[in-house]
Amino acid sequence: MKRLKLFIPLIIFVLLAILFTLGLGIDPHKMPSALVGRPVPNFSLSTVQDTTRIVDQEQLKGHGFALINIWATWCGPCRQEHPFLVKLANNGFPIFGVNAKDELELAQQWLKERGDPYKFSAFDPEGRLGLDLGVYGYPETFLINSEGQVLHRFAGVLTEKVWQRDFIPLINP
Amino acid sequence: MKAIFQAVLIVVVFVGSQSGLAKEVYDFSNEAERERFHRFTYELRCPKCQSQNLAGSDSQISQDLKRELHRLIIDGKTDDEILDFMVTRYGDFVLYRPQFQSNTLLLWLGPLALILIGLGVFGWILFRKMSAQSTEE
Repeated sequence: MKRLKLFIPLIIFVLLAILFTLGLGIDPHKMPSALVGRPVPNFSLSTVQDTTRIVDQEQLKGHGFALINIWATWCGPCRQEHPFLVKLANNGFPIFGVNAKDELELAQQWLKERGDPYKFSAFDPEGRLGLDLGVYGYPETFLINSEGQVLHRFAGVLTEKVWQRDFIPLINP
Repeated sequence: MKAIFQAVLIVVVFVGSQSGLAKEVYDFSNEAERERFHRFTYELRCPKCQSQNLAGSDSQISQDLKRELHRLIIDGKTDDEILDFMVTRYGDFVLYRPQFQSNTLLLWLGPLALILIGLGVFGWILFRKMSAQSTEE
């Protein structure tokens, strides 16, 4: 019994070591979205493509799986991400854009120069929809289903790798 | 020469610090509202810069959230409504003082449990010492 007691510090050390090793593997930037499982918040905005057209959350429904991509011309990583979005759209995947805190002419020019992957891109100069979506950095991409429910949120540059890893398993389980 | 240099230095430092103070200014109709605003900026966490609160961060998202917070306070929203607004958008993560709910039980009660365990062990050792002494006598 006395002997056994000597091992207590060692046991505690091993337990802590295991705990900390596991902790190292956790990505502190991975934040669960408060929106997952809930419908896309209500909005009513004009679009970059057609300023007279007003779109709202209802227009996101009925397209099967679709993406909502938050972008801006002042956002560097968006530039990097854009070609992949164009590629997805060319493959027939529906993508809706939210152009946030941007200038209309710049946004229009961007789509003209780089191609327009969006079914429509809501024009949100004040970033209100971005805020309602819980966006904290640009770009961010949400996967929604036909009912307009958020299934997944990804913060950062959407690439083929991320697409295969995070999105495909949700779309083709 | 040295005096001139010092004078220039003072002016440069002074002007520099002034521009550093040029932050967004929020207007409130009374002190209580201002007080609430400051309390919230200390208790709400910046979602982007994870170890800072809104008061300490000048990132874009913090500025947006401060503006939003200002709007909510001006609109006369209650504390609960404001917390609810933030949590529905950014999750429990934004609260530096987490709410007391099922997934934070360990967080809230853990320290208390540890203290109780510590006291228990202490009491046990004391009890054994005392009984050992009484048998010696």
